[in-house]
Amino acid sequence: MEVVIQQLVNGLFLGSIYALLALGYTMVYGIIKLINFAHGEIYMLGGFMGYFFINKLNLGFFPALILSMAGAAVIGVVIEFLAYRPLRKSTRIAALITAIGVSFLLQNGMIYWLGPEKKSFPQAIEFKNYQLGFIQISNIQILILVISLVLMIALQLIVKKTKMGKAMRAVSVDADAAQLMGINVNRTISFTFALGSALAAAAGMLIGLYYNSIDPMMGVVPGLKSFVAAVLGGIGIIPGAALGGFVIGLLETITIALGFSDYKDAVVYALLIIILLIRPAGILGKNIKEKV
Amino acid sequence: MKKFSFLFASLFLLAACGPTAGGGASGGGNKTEGDTIKIGMNMELSGDVSAYGNAEKEGITLAVEEINEAGGVLGKKIELIEKDNKSENGEATSVAANLTAKDKVVAVVGPATSGATKATIPNMTKAAVPVITPSGTDDSITVVNDKVQEYIFRACFQDTFQGVILANFAQDNLKAENVVIIGDNSSDYAIGLTKSFKDTFTGKIAKEETFTAGDKDFQAILTKIKDLDYDAIYIPGYYAEAGLIIKQAREMGIDKPILGADGFGDEKLVEIAGAKNVSDVYYTGHFSEKAPATDKVKPFVDAFKKKYDKQPSAFNALGYDSVYMLKQAMEDKDSADSKDITEGLASLKDFVGVTGKMTMDKDHNPEKSVVVLGLTEGKETSADAVEPK
Repeated sequence: MEVVIQQLVNGLFLGSIYALLALGYTMVYGIIKLINFAHGEIYMLGGFMGYFFINKLNLGFFPALILSMAGAAVIGVVIEFLAYRPLRKSTRIAALITAIGVSFLLQNGMIYWLGPEKKSFPQAIEFKNYQLGFIQISNIQILILVISLVLMIALQLIVKKTKMGKAMRAVSVDADAAQLMGINVNRTISFTFALGSALAAAAGMLIGLYYNSIDPMMGVVPGLKSFVAAVLGGIGIIPGAALGGFVIGLLETITIALGFSDYKDAVVYALLIIILLIRPAGILGKNIKEKV
Repeated sequence: MKKFSFLFASLFLLAACGPTAGGGASGGGNKTEGDTIKIGMNMELSGDVSAYGNAEKEGITLAVEEINEAGGVLGKKIELIEKDNKSENGEATSVAANLTAKDKVVAVVGPATSGATKATIPNMTKAAVPVITPSGTDDSITVVNDKVQEYIFRACFQDTFQGVILANFAQDNLKAENVVIIGDNSSDYAIGLTKSFKDTFTGKIAKEETFTAGDKDFQAILTKIKDLDYDAIYIPGYYAEAGLIIKQAREMGIDKPILGADGFGDEKLVEIAGAKNVSDVYYTGHFSEKAPATDKVKPFVDAFKKKYDKQPSAFNALGYDSVYMLKQAMEDKDSADSKDITEGLASLKDFVGVTGKMTMDKDHNPEKSVVVLGLTEGKETSADAVEPK
């Protein structure tokens, strides 16, 4: 029993990283119906920016976190401006393929620039272990959970309570109508990319701190899995993405704990297929009949 | 229309026959012509395991420079042709074909890893050009289905040998009776290591867990084994995942000895795990300054430090030895043609390298000593040279 609970706790940390990433996928999809496959690479860039801010500028973890979130926000906006905006009126498949292209460009660019080796992330926060009853938790795990939750709540507040959030929701319902009502659609979309990218960068830095290893290809698998998480929760729905992330993290941990570690990726994708078959709109999705 | 396609088909056939027919006519393998001996290098210079490839390249380059400065081999200079296989098996195959067919090298050093080396076997055998892998330790590189691969040699010991040494080390030195295995089951290398360990170890395997290359989270596995009764953890795998396992295990409070093979042998292991976590960690190495296998070690270390301004690693040493093995094979046979080098390598006897004194056995594996290195706080603190039994 104790082991089971410890395993669930393990799954929670993994899940919170997927959740942070899934939020970016879901917001971008919600607003312009684009699956931004370069999102995993923003997560990777976030990790590397944190690495440089801490190593070269000797910043503490939190200033570095804020700076790399800001940096990633700028990169997200630039990518949207250069790669996706010119294609906004094109077919959806064109934008999707461009996103895959951007993702490869970022991976290979980083390999070209810094080499493909794993780099060890500076351990800016001294590691400590806590024993809560029979559960063992480290300060870094707590940090991951707290930062993720704070960011998720902040995001929810931005979307629900601010003017920009209102604009985002309006654009996601009908971009043309929103424009007629005086909303600057381009700025709203840029803002969405900035928000999603900042969250991804935070996830990248947290994972760097947790595992102490970053490399240019680190975004590929988490990127795909958090995309699954977003679809699982109901793509376009913010709480759904967070929920999906936690579900995937737990599922993966449980699979390994049961001794099927070789099949952990397969189980995640199998779950995606099952959800798409029985509840295509996702766990929190409403079943709206689309006009075809 | 039909006529045309027939014409094209026959043209294609002719074109396809061309190089093969040419190669056949030369009697198998490439010959040395002119004043240089062309040796190819098929290495992982980028990609997942580029740390090995680049380290071996340094050793190879140093050996070639030394030999050329001392007048070359048989009065001819060595010309090294370097190619990157990007740590991909498919790429390694085409590099092998390229080196043998286009550059006409008489011998090849590399790839560094077992999988990539195995992928090049068909091409090297077809071209009849000998290849030495400095660090491909998988048994089935040199012997496939009980058949010795005529042109494939290695400068290192093989996995079964490493697994056997580690199992003995666990029993004799660590007095371990129960062992947990956390093995990578996505590489031939780690699967071979697991098997030979299990075949030799007489104690109990308390638990066997597996992971795949690229995994980062081992909390779930470690949580499972934490409260089991065992004396040591054996991790057949490469440094990238092993480093993470060591870090996560030590942070979780698991302080049992950790054993691994030569895949641990990279400074990245300590970097990723964090130096303070790397204590009571043992691995089989090809080379150590602390337990020098031969009196070639000292001059090698000095020359290496002078050129690269750092301590040589086992992979530097193996790359270096590979080139000298080729040199000795050429001198023994007084020829720098592929066919003679192959024979020379197969009958190599009492070759003194920096990683040990070697004699090639009938399966193309060198019989040599093994060093088991012990790490405390990330530093090498013990080295036991183990002679082959």
